[in-house]
Amino acid sequence: MLDTLKILLHQGKQYIPDVTKAKVPGIFRGRPVISEDKSADNQSICDVCPTHALFEKEGKLQLDLGRCAFCGECERCFPNKIHFTQDYKLATNKRENLIVTEGEDKPIVFDKSAVRPEIKKLFGKSLKLRQVSAAGDNSGEWELGATGNVNFDMGRFGFEFVASPRHADGVVITGPISENMARALDICYEATPDPKIVVLAGTDAISGGIFADSPALDRHFLDEHDTDLYLPGNPAHPLTIINGLLALSGRK
Amino acid sequence: MKALSVKNGACVALIDIPLLSYDDFYAEIVEALSDINLHCVNYFAYPQSDSLRLYACLADDAQGDIHILSCEVKKEAQLPAISAKVHAMERFERELNENHGLRFLDHPWMKPVRYAHDRADKTQVMDNYPFYSIKGENLHEVGVGPIHAGIIEPGHFRFICDGEKVLHLEIHLGYQHRDVEKLMLQKDKLIQRSLLAESTAGDTAVGHGTAFAMLWESLCGVEVSKRTQLERTLAAEIERIAIHTGDLSALCGDVAYQLGNAVFGRLRTPIINFMQEWCGNRLGKGCIRPGHSPYVFTPALADRLQVVLQAYERDYLEMIAKTLTMPSVLARFERTGVLSREQAVEIGAVGMAARASELARDIRSSHPYLAYPLLHHESITRRHGDVYSRTQIRRYEIVQSMTYARQLAQQLKNMPLEDNARPEMKPQANCFSIMLTEGWRGEICHCAITDAEGKLACYKIKDPSFHNWMALALAVRGNEISDFPICNKSFNLSYCGHDL
Ligand code: SF4
Repeated sequence: MLDTLKILLHQGKQYIPDVTKAKVPGIFRGRPVISEDKSADNQSICDVCPTHALFEKEGKLQLDLGRCAFCGECERCFPNKIHFTQDYKLATNKRENLIVTEGEDKPIVFDKSAVRPEIKKLFGKSLKLRQVSAAGDNSGEWELGATGNVNFDMGRFGFEFVASPRHADGVVITGPISENMARALDICYEATPDPKIVVLAGTDAISGGIFADSPALDRHFLDEHDTDLYLPGNPAHPLTIINGLLALSGRK
Repeated sequence: MKALSVKNGACVALIDIPLLSYDDFYAEIVEALSDINLHCVNYFAYPQSDSLRLYACLADDAQGDIHILSCEVKKEAQLPAISAKVHAMERFERELNENHGLRFLDHPWMKPVRYAHDRADKTQVMDNYPFYSIKGENLHEVGVGPIHAGIIEPGHFRFICDGEKVLHLEIHLGYQHRDVEKLMLQKDKLIQRSLLAESTAGDTAVGHGTAFAMLWESLCGVEVSKRTQLERTLAAEIERIAIHTGDLSALCGDVAYQLGNAVFGRLRTPIINFMQEWCGNRLGKGCIRPGHSPYVFTPALADRLQVVLQAYERDYLEMIAKTLTMPSVLARFERTGVLSREQAVEIGAVGMAARASELARDIRSSHPYLAYPLLHHESITRRHGDVYSRTQIRRYEIVQSMTYARQLAQQLKNMPLEDNARPEMKPQANCFSIMLTEGWRGEICHCAITDAEGKLACYKIKDPSFHNWMALALAVRGNEISDFPICNKSFNLSYCGHDL
C-alpha cells in the first residue's frame, strides 16, 4: 500500500491542463506555411511529393493536408518554400479547408455553421465513438488510443471510445479502407444508431495516402456517407484529434 | 548444401544463386531445417513468363550465414509440400498457393492467408473462410471480430470451446491487405517506397524502414556513414523501449491493474515525444531514409535523451517492480498462454515471443547489422513461454535497450556532425538482395530482385507476425476463453504487417 502511494506521489500530475494551448516538443510537422519564394519552379516542387499533395493553382502552390503524408520531403528539398509549423490544430469539417495556399499563414478553419444542429444538441457534452481500423497501419490506432491516457485524458470532455457500435454516436475510421474491410465497415456503421457522425483520422483515411491508388482498396463508404470531421496527420496527433472533437461538439 | 551462402544485407548476382530441380530443392530444405540452428526467413516466388522461380532463404543462426537457393516450377504445378515435413513452412506455402496458384499436395493446413487482391483463385472470398470445426455435444463456437472491442486492427478469431475452455483457435486474417508489395514495384520514387516500408506496420516504422533502407543501399552498392548506422540503431532501440512500455500498460489494463495501466501508459509518452523532437513524428516515421540520415542526432538531442531516460528509468523500475509483485497480476500472468519450446521450434516462432519460450532467435546477435556487432548484443530469454515470460522479456529488454541508447547517444555526441546530403542511388541490374532487422516484435525480412535494367522486379516483405500468429493460436489452447485478451496482448502481433 505504501509503495503504491509512493508511486502515485512520484507520478504527480501528468495531465495536460489546457489541451487547446499545449505546445508540442521539438520539431513537429503540423500546419505547413508556403512562402512566396520563387527560386524553384512549382513543378519541380510538386514532383517531389510522394502522394500528389502539392499542386499549382492560378500560379500559386497549394498543399492538400488531406493527401499529405507529412513525410517532410518537400520541406527538406525546398526549405525556403515550405515550412511545417508546430500548429497541430489541423482538424476541419470541410474537405476544401484542408488546402493550404502559398503566401497565406492562417489557421485551418473549422466551419461551425456547417455542423448539423443535432450534433451540438445531442453530443455537446458526451460523445461516444466506435473506432474502425480499415487497413490502418496501427499508428493512427495508437494515437487514438493515446488520447485516453493520463496525459491527454480525453475522457474529461466526455469523449470516449466504446466497444460496440450500438453504444456509439459515430465511427472514427483509420486506414485507406481495404476491399477486405469494406463490408465490415458498412455493417458497423449500420449498427450505430442515428444520428451519427463519421470522422476520418489520418491521411490514409482521408485520401488513401500513399495507398491511394492501390487496387486493393474499396472506398465506396465515403461516396455514400458524408464526413463530419477530418483529422489530418500521419498519424493524426492526439492534440489534433482532441481539438477537432472539441470543435465539432461545439465546445471550443 | 547446394545454396549460395551470404551475410545479412548482401546483394548478389541473380545468376549466382543455385538453380535446383524441385526435388533437390525440397530435399535440401527439409534436410537443412532439421538442424535447429536453421530457420526459413523468406520463401517466395518471382513470376517469370510461364513459370515461377522460387527462392528460399534459410538463416543459420549459429554461423551467421543466410543460404539462398532456388528452383523453377510451372505455374499451377502440383508439388509435394515441404510443410508436410517441416511445419514451420506452412504459411509460406499457403502464400505461394494463394498468390500464384501453386498446389501443394500433402499440405497439412491449406487455407487462405490474406485474400490478396491478386490471388490466383478469386472464388475464394473473405466471407467463406474454411474454418476448422469439431463436432461434439459439449462444444460451442465463439466468433470474434473482425472489429474488436478496443482500438485495434481487425482480424477474425474463431474459438471452439468446451465450456469456458478453448480447445482450438483459428485466426482468419486479410482484412488489412493493401497490396504493399505490388505498390513497391509500381511506385518508382524512392520517397514513395520509403513511405510504403514504414507504413507496412506503422508501429514498427523504424524496423521496417531500416530493413528497406539497408536493402536499397545494398542494391545500390552504397554504404552509409558510421554515424548514420549508430543513429539507426539508436532509433530501433528507442522504438523497442516505447512499444514494450505501451505493451506493459496494455497487459496491466487487461488484468484490471489500473495503476500499472496508467503509469506505463504515461511513461511511453516522453519516449515517443523524444522521437518527435528528433524526427518530427512520435512513431519515428521519417527518421530512416536510404543513403543518409534526414534528421541528424545533434549533441543537444544526446543530452536531452539522457535526461529523458533518467526520469523514465526511475519511474519505470519502481512501477515494474511493484507490478510483478502484485498477486492479482501474477495470478493472471503465470502459466497463462503457454507456448512450449517444442511448439515454438515447430512453428518457426521468432523474436520476443520465441525468446520467451527459450528459443533465442534474435537477428541482433545471430546476424548482426548496424551497430549491433559493437554492442555485442546478447539476447534475453525466458523458459516458461507464458504471459509472465513474455512480460519478463519486455521488462529486461527495456533495461537493455536503455543501456544501448545511452551508449549510442554518448558515442554520437562525440562524433563530428555530417551534412546530410543524399548520395546518388541506382540499383544494380539482375541482383538479389536480402536484409534482416530485429524489430521490437522480432525478425523482419525484406528481399528484392532487380531486372536487367536495374528496375525493381520483385519485392517480398516478411513481418515477424507472419510466423507468430500461429504461436498465439497454440498458446490459448486449454486456457479459459476469458484469458484470450491477455494472451493476445502478450504477443501483440501485427495485422497489417501480416496482411501487407
Ligand atoms: S510533406 Fe506532404 S506535401 Fe510535402 S512531400 Fe511529403 S507528402 Fe508531399
